[in-house]
This record gives sequence, structure tokens and C-alpha cells, in this order.
Amino acid sequence: MVNPLRATLALAARDIRAELRSRTALTSALVFAALVLVVFNFARDPTRLGAADLAPSALWITFAFGAMTTLNRGFAIEKEHGALDLLRLAPMPREAIYGGKLLANLAFVFVVEAVALPLFVLFFNRPVWHILAPVLLVTALATIGFVAVGTLLSAMAVRTRFAELMLPLLLLPFMLPPVIGGVQVTARLFADRPLSEVSGWLRLLAVYDVVFVTVSVLIFPAVADE
Amino acid sequence: MRPSDGSLLTATDIERAFGARRALAGVSLVMQPGEAILLAGPNGAGKTTLLRCLAGLARPTRGTVNVNGRALRVGDAASRRHIGMVAHQTWLHDDLTLLENFSFAARLYDLPEPKRVATAALERAGLEARAGDLPPSLSRGMQQRAAIARALLHRPDILLLDEPFSGLDAAACARLRATIADIIAGGGGAIIVSHRPEEVWEVATRVVVLRAGRVALDTPKLGSAATVMGELPELTIG
Amino acid sequence: MIANRDRGLAIARRGQLIAALGLVLLAGVYVLAQRFTPTEVNQGLAQKIFYLHVPAAWTSLLVFSIVGITSALYLWLRDERLDLFAASSAEVGVVFSIIMLTTGPLWAKPIWGTWWQWDARLTLTLFLFFLFVGYLSLRAAVPDPGERARFSAVVAILGFLLVPFVHLSVYLFRTIHPMPVVLKPSAPSLPDSMLRTLLIAFAVDLVLYIGFVTARYGLGLVAHARAAELEARPDA
Repeated sequence: MVNPLRATLALAARDIRAELRSRTALTSALVFAALVLVVFNFARDPTRLGAADLAPSALWITFAFGAMTTLNRGFAIEKEHGALDLLRLAPMPREAIYGGKLLANLAFVFVVEAVALPLFVLFFNRPVWHILAPVLLVTALATIGFVAVGTLLSAMAVRTRFAELMLPLLLLPFMLPPVIGGVQVTARLFADRPLSEVSGWLRLLAVYDVVFVTVSVLIFPAVADE
Repeated sequence: MRPSDGSLLTATDIERAFGARRALAGVSLVMQPGEAILLAGPNGAGKTTLLRCLAGLARPTRGTVNVNGRALRVGDAASRRHIGMVAHQTWLHDDLTLLENFSFAARLYDLPEPKRVATAALERAGLEARAGDLPPSLSRGMQQRAAIARALLHRPDILLLDEPFSGLDAAACARLRATIADIIAGGGGAIIVSHRPEEVWEVATRVVVLRAGRVALDTPKLGSAATVMGELPELTIG
Repeated sequence: MIANRDRGLAIARRGQLIAALGLVLLAGVYVLAQRFTPTEVNQGLAQKIFYLHVPAAWTSLLVFSIVGITSALYLWLRDERLDLFAASSAEVGVVFSIIMLTTGPLWAKPIWGTWWQWDARLTLTLFLFFLFVGYLSLRAAVPDPGERARFSAVVAILGFLLVPFVHLSVYLFRTIHPMPVVLKPSAPSLPDSMLRTLLIAFAVDLVLYIGFVTARYGLGLVAHARAAELEARPDA
């Protein structure tokens, strides 16, 4: 029996290698992220709304929509040449297919976020060094949450007629708790509030992650198998 | 590991239906070692669906599939090593070179030294010169040869081939027939779906014809393609 | 699933009767709320919408849970009837959630002076609407019936699990929605007469749900029977 962890990593490695060669999803996501940040900076009345008020929202909207533009790619390519069948024919547990896709998607989204965050610091002039660790933590927690659900939903959306529309429609409700949590925590961190104030949100995000990753892994076979 | 009747593959009363549509309405099939079965029938008869059920890619709504005596449940890993499949799509990832595609397939089957195995498979298929190329740059025939080579990578003993000859030139067709002959000589089995029986007639040992989701004919191959298929003219359409 | 056309029609007819009864009862609730229930001292007449909005909200939530649970049962048992029931419930549920979404602002404007507030309670109502719409859109976009059933079941289950998280956000988020007056651990702080009207309205909504979902389910059986008839016919 194939070691599921090895299989998961092999699949993730394959997807990452493929993306590095074509760079389509990453490029569009990065350009998109930069655009959103620029637009946010100008799309406000500077006398009424300080950059500080807008900053957390701008950051999280960038993360959220940047993630969505990369997510559809994960299963779209499989569909083009039926390669999902290859994965299902092989002695590869279904959970490992989901795990591999999840890891690859997480890698892509983290890259987008890793580029968006410094851009954000640049455009919004918000120093982030002193709170870097908690910001990274909340980003990771929230991202895992919506990428876990997004990976599962994109496996389904890609088989519908309007994949680009179906994924955002299905995913949006599931993005709200992580994004709300992300914004709330980031806003408080930027306002130099003590960590104890955000622990409740961080706990909620962690529980969200555990629940939805577990459920997605368990329920993926129902999506993958005919 | 073999069941008492020694069969490689046993399908019992396979049904696949949802709501009103019945793709398969009770198909039973036993494949013994050394058989190469030509699976024929008109369009929509259920040939591809049956193949997918036998491969474990689709779950029958009723009935069971046994591979080497083990029940093949969708998601069951152990039996899958024995199955190699060529489908309508090539299953090659467009952004990976042939070598990377093959190495990944080797990893999927947990083969030691995946890169070496991949290179050897490419050499056997005469594609080693294109090992560093991406699938879209290959001709249709070469992509098909690559798909076949990838299916054989893990040395399966049960081949499920869906229109494998499409896109192949005469030399490649002959090579494929020889490969099938080798496999069945070694005690393996093959089921080949084909619209043109002449392509595979040489190596076939048995003919099964599906019609409207049921087995209409199941006979050892005797005589020429024209004779057998000619007896049931409506079955040659499609 | 072997669907019988006559049985389906019989079920549909029964459902339509129940739904008709429910509509009559609904008119009765309207009268009850207007004439026989005291007017709330602070909110005045606008508060009467409460008897329409809150039961619709509870019913939406209940129906959504039913969709989630029947979907989970479908994935386990793979009985097509469960899928048909889940889909029928979702169609009825989306109507209730639309009622909830339209009566909410109608109540909010006179009371709070604004059509909408992004507080957690109203946000939950919007969520349910999006989840229903997502479920129904997905069903419409998947042509293969087996796939349609599996995929929508997955979405329903995920959505069902999402609801508590949205609700948890209520307590981490300041809200201007009236604090829960009925479902408090101790006795509800609503005067008995109002509570009674509210619960009667909820019961009527349940009657409406049962009626409509039965009718829809019956019609679904008829549709299946018809499709089977067409399949059985030899190719023209």
C-alpha cells in the first residue's frame, strides 16, 4: 500500500513543479494583488478615512481574492487531460489526492501573500515588523481555513459549466469567518492592542481550520468518486 | 491470491444507473489469464462505462467487480497495482515533460528509482528523444504512444484499453498488438474496446458485444472479423 | 429509484392541500397578530413584522439543517429519494430565507432608522440565503444526476457546519440586533401573549413547509417517472 504521506507530497511537488513552469496562476494572482492594493490606496477620501482604518480590510481583501484566482487552477488542469482519473486509478488514497492539492494550493496562496504583505507595508506605510509573528500566525490560520474549503469546492466547480463563477459563489460564505477574523485581529494588532484581546478570534480560526480540514479530507472521496 | 476459479477479473451483474438513465443493466464477465477480449458494440452501449467500472473509476450502482479474487471497491488500493488503463484522454499533464510525467506515474505506484523506471519506459516506447518535451509539442500519435507506455509502466497484468489504436500509425499499431500478445502470454489479460475489430483481431481471443447496457454476444474468437461481426450486422454499426 | 407517476401525483396533491391549509392559517396569524396581540410599547406597529420575520428565520434555519442532515444521509445510504427530498427542501427553504431577508429591513428601517446593518444576526440571514442559492445553483450547473446529488450533498453538509461558526461570530462581534429575547437559558423575556403568537406563527410556517416540500417531492417523483418512460422507449 502506497504511503499516503509520500503520495501526498509527490502530488504537491508535481503541481508546484508544473506551476513553476507555466506560472500562469501565480502571475495573475500577484498582479491582481498589487492592483487591489493600489486601488485601495486611491479609492478613499484621505480627509475622512485614514490609511490606518482601511489598511486591514485592504490587506485581507487582497489575500482573499488573490487566493480565489489561484484556486480554480488546481483542478482545472486535471480536467483538461483527465489526469484526475490517473490519480484515482493508481493505488493512491483519495485523502492523499486532496492532501496533495491542498498543500500545493496553500503553497501558491502563501506565495501571493508573501508578496502582498511587503507591498502593503510599502503602499500603506504601516510598519509590521514588531507584530510580524502574530500577523503571520493569523494569516496562516485564516488562509488554511479558506484554502481547505476552496480546494474541495474547486474540485466540484471545475466540473460545472460556469466554473469561474461557481467557485466564488460557493466559496464566499466560507471565506467570511476567516476573513472577518483576519481583519479583526490585524486591526487590533495594528492598533497595538495586547495579544490577549485577539486570542478569542485566533482560537475560533484554529477550530475552524481543524473542523474544515478534517471534514474536507473525509468528504473528498464523495466528490472524487463517481 | 488467485480465486478458486483462477480468474483474473470477475464482474458480476454490474449495473450502473441513476434516476432514469441505465448505462449498464446487468453485465457479467469473467476474464481468465491469457485472454484478450475485444469489447465491441454501438455507441452508447456502455463499453466505456463498463471499462471504467472494471478499473474502479466508477462505482456500479449494483454488482461487484473482483480483481484477482479481491473485491475492487472504489478507493481500494491493493488491487490497483494490477490494472493498467488507456482511456480516451491521455492523462498527461501539459506543463510537465514526458520524463516528469512518467516519473510521477512511477511514484504513484511506489516504484523504486522512479526516474530510472521512467527513462526505461520511454526507451521501450521509442520516445526517449522527446523525454524533455512537453506533451502539447508532440503529435497525436506520439501522445497516444506515451499514454500507452505510461499505462504499462508499473507492469500491470490486467490491461483495460479504450480505443488504444486511435491516432497510431501502422508500426505503432503492430507494436501495441505485440505488447498485448506479450502480456497475455505471460498470464495476464486485456480488454480492448475498439470500433474497428480488424485492428485487434490478430491478438484477440474472445469477443464480447455490448448492446444497450447488456451483453449481446460472448464468444471465443473463431474465424475472421468479418464472419463473426457479420453475423450480427447491427452490432457493427457505431 | 423506481418512481411511480400516480403515486407521485397523489403525494403532490396531498402536499398542495396541506400548503393551502397553511396559507389559510397564515391569514389567521395575520389577524391574530394585528388584533389579538398587544402592541409593543417601544417599537409600535412596526414590531408586528416580528411575527413574520422571526418564524421565517427559524424555519429557514430548520430547513437548512434538514437539507444538511438529509444530504449526509444520502451520502451514507445513497438512496436517491433522500437527494430528491433535500433538493425539494432547499427550494422551499430559499423562499423562507427571502421572506426573512425582506422582512428584516422592513422591520429595521422604522426601528433603527436604517435598512440594513452588518451585525452578525442579519449577516447570518444573508449567509443562509447565499448557501441556499449556492446549493441550488450548483444543482442547476451539474448535468449528470449522480454527480449533482453527490456535489450538492457535499455543499449542504459544509454549509451546515458553517452556520455555528457564523453564529459564534455573534459573540465576538458587537451587535445592535436585539439581544435574543426568546432563546435565553432562563425563561424568555417576552410577554406570554406575544410569545404565543410567535410560536403559533412558527407552527404555521412549519405547516407551510411540510405542504410545499411534499408537493415538490411528489412533482419530483412524477418527473423521474416521466424521464424513465422516455428512456425505456426504443430510440426513434
